[in-house]
Amino acid sequence: MSFWTRHQIFEKNSIILVVGILLVIAIGGLVEITPLFYLKSTIEVVDGVRPYTPLELAGRNIYVREGCYLCHSQMIRPLRDEVERYGHFSLAAESMFDHPFQWGSKRTGPDLARVGAKYSDDWHVTHLTNPRAIVPQSVMPGYPFLARTEVDPDTIADHMRTLRTVGVPYTDDQIASAAADMKAQADPDNAGTDAFTKRYAKAVVRNFDGKTGTPTEMDALIAYLQMLGTLVDFKLYNEKANLR
Amino acid sequence: MVSGGVFFQRESAMPQPSISKTMTTGESGLALIFAVAAFLCLIASAKALDAPFAFHAGLSAAASLAVVFFIINRYYDRPAALPPAEINGRPNYNMGPIKFSSFMAMFWGIAGFLVGLIIASQLAWPALNFDLPWIQFGRLRPLHTSAVIFAFGGNVLIATSFYVVQKSCRARLAGDLAPWFVVLGYNYFILIAGTGYLLGVTQSKEYAEPEWYADLWLTIVWVTYLLVFLGTIIKRREPHIFVANWFYLAFIVTIAVLHLGNNPALPVSFFGSKSYIAWGGIQDAMFQWWYGHNAVGFFLTAGFLAIMYYFIPKRAERPIYSYRLSIIHFWALIFLYIWAGPHHLHYTALPDWTQTLGMTFSIMLWMPSWGGMINGLMTLSGAWDKLRTDPVLRMLVVSVAFYGMSTFEGPMMSIKVVNSLSHYTDWTIGHVHSGALGWVGFVSFGALYCLVPWVWNRKGLYSLKLVNWHFWIATLGIVLYISAMWVSGILQGLMWRAYTSLGFLEYSFIETVEAMHPFYVIRAAGGALFLIGALIMAFNLWMTVRVGEQEVQMPVALQPAE
Repeated sequence: MSFWTRHQIFEKNSIILVVGILLVIAIGGLVEITPLFYLKSTIEVVDGVRPYTPLELAGRNIYVREGCYLCHSQMIRPLRDEVERYGHFSLAAESMFDHPFQWGSKRTGPDLARVGAKYSDDWHVTHLTNPRAIVPQSVMPGYPFLARTEVDPDTIADHMRTLRTVGVPYTDDQIASAAADMKAQADPDNAGTDAFTKRYAKAVVRNFDGKTGTPTEMDALIAYLQMLGTLVDFKLYNEKANLR
Repeated sequence: MVSGGVFFQRESAMPQPSISKTMTTGESGLALIFAVAAFLCLIASAKALDAPFAFHAGLSAAASLAVVFFIINRYYDRPAALPPAEINGRPNYNMGPIKFSSFMAMFWGIAGFLVGLIIASQLAWPALNFDLPWIQFGRLRPLHTSAVIFAFGGNVLIATSFYVVQKSCRARLAGDLAPWFVVLGYNYFILIAGTGYLLGVTQSKEYAEPEWYADLWLTIVWVTYLLVFLGTIIKRREPHIFVANWFYLAFIVTIAVLHLGNNPALPVSFFGSKSYIAWGGIQDAMFQWWYGHNAVGFFLTAGFLAIMYYFIPKRAERPIYSYRLSIIHFWALIFLYIWAGPHHLHYTALPDWTQTLGMTFSIMLWMPSWGGMINGLMTLSGAWDKLRTDPVLRMLVVSVAFYGMSTFEGPMMSIKVVNSLSHYTDWTIGHVHSGALGWVGFVSFGALYCLVPWVWNRKGLYSLKLVNWHFWIATLGIVLYISAMWVSGILQGLMWRAYTSLGFLEYSFIETVEAMHPFYVIRAAGGALFLIGALIMAFNLWMTVRVGEQEVQMPVALQPAE
């Protein structure tokens, strides 16, 4: 009875073969994925990371919808040139509220993990409308339609409620005032801006697209881009305590 | 357009007047389910929160009604008895769904290659995005990847698996409507996914972009696929399950597991397309690349290795080189592949232990990969001369050579130091395409060139000469494509990390983009050649079905080498 004849049990019984396949393919995934849910060292202890504001969330959904992640990563690796080009390497904590993650896998364009506050809003409006108006060699598509499309402040609370169910710590207060907050963030003259900035630390209130009225998709996307990588204060970040 | 007769041939059932004609439970049940589904989809379409969802729900209502009509119409057309499992002691194989899937494979293949050419051109000439949402790069790229992997590759896998499992088990495909449900349902999933991308419906997980409702539908189709495949194996007349079926089974089972693991999402509303994935941040990244790499491992590798294990021996008329090697190949490959995902996340925020584990197993994976390659290539022992005369076999063999090349390149790129250079660059794109065009593409072409004459009962292909043209044009296209991407990828990686003697970064990012332009043009040219090859193939297969083998075939009487 050699090893080879023993193998016949799989070759002659389809159910045993299926069970064998299931067992063999389960091991790798279980070993690699399960610990990430309970090992404390997986996500660093950091101050400042908060859920997205309603307008930023809408902007993030546009980022996802248009497939920005296909050309722009949001994950700075701890390599000398990347840290000098883009800033501090990305922490796991910085994307812990991201459903789905947007780390990306390709840099046809530059990394965006810390693009926030690097360029002016005007720069973004012009660049998103016609990238080659600012960067002649760019191969990025133009997104002029964003400025023409309004976002819907009334449905964003449902999105936040869904995100809370999958683990993003939105408060009742944040969800209740989602629609008002969305309008307030894109309108510095809005009466609700103070209450809004209290609800979301470090959130920026500006008229991102320079136009009045209901926020546009351009407002939302720029609000999202302008906050990327700005939440963690690396002067206060304890690198040693989080060494892994 | 194809007339129904190309796919549906009247089953040559013996007249059995004693049986009165009634609907089977499958027919009546399925018709009822789809009638209810049509109604529900209509309601969903009316209550939809966003336009794409309304469109998809409306489309599904229409498709459900079409299915009801198809079932009833088929019932009135068919004889009282269902097609018998055997006729005169020989299995009565079910070829209809295979024909349909083969046709769709060719159709989606050309669509997918064309979209690939378009997005390659967009990267070279960005004006081709036309500032329109529906055809800009970010929406077309998932359309390209899904069309070639899941639409083209998936239909090839379904067609060949349904053929191989019947022939190697000497049993008719299990189920009556079920095989049709699989092929039609799967292609409907592709339609929903593809139109969704153009309308901006995506969950942004690479190669798993379809939203929650498409995912749910695929789950139903895929479980049916497993049941049909397994049901046929269980009915087999052969004591042993043939090696190709192990690989098909591993492919079907594992893709189901991966699909369920990577896609648990909560819709914002049951009347809207948007959902949020259950996993977040680092766990989502790990789930994604556990899925993503094994979509390569089990969809694009295990499934197509099954094709290798059936079609190469068949075409070369030689037995598989080593039975024992295939056992080791099988278990080692499926065990090791699952671990390799983290190599997509080197130097990211993923913990080091996971990265190292992923790298280690990726390197080990080289061995079963090459074991499989050797098993495929050495099957040609004693039949190498056929490479000169049979371009179809040549295509199959070259595909295995490309498999060997990309499964050497892959483990090498998974080494962290190499990856620090290659990651985020076009080198990855080049690597993927040496596998996708060279391995998956060629092995699929080879299989379809074999399969079409077999299932349509033709003596041979319309023209072997055209296969030869296809082979050389496509090969030239692949060489242009992958060498352009190697050069651009390594160049870009080196430019990103180049420092001046004063210690400053030498190049701004946009300078590295500018340097890519000539390679993007060459890549597009390579893609165009690959597409031309596929068009030649489509013509050849079409003529094979329509008129069969051409009159004049070169009667080559080769002289043995002195």
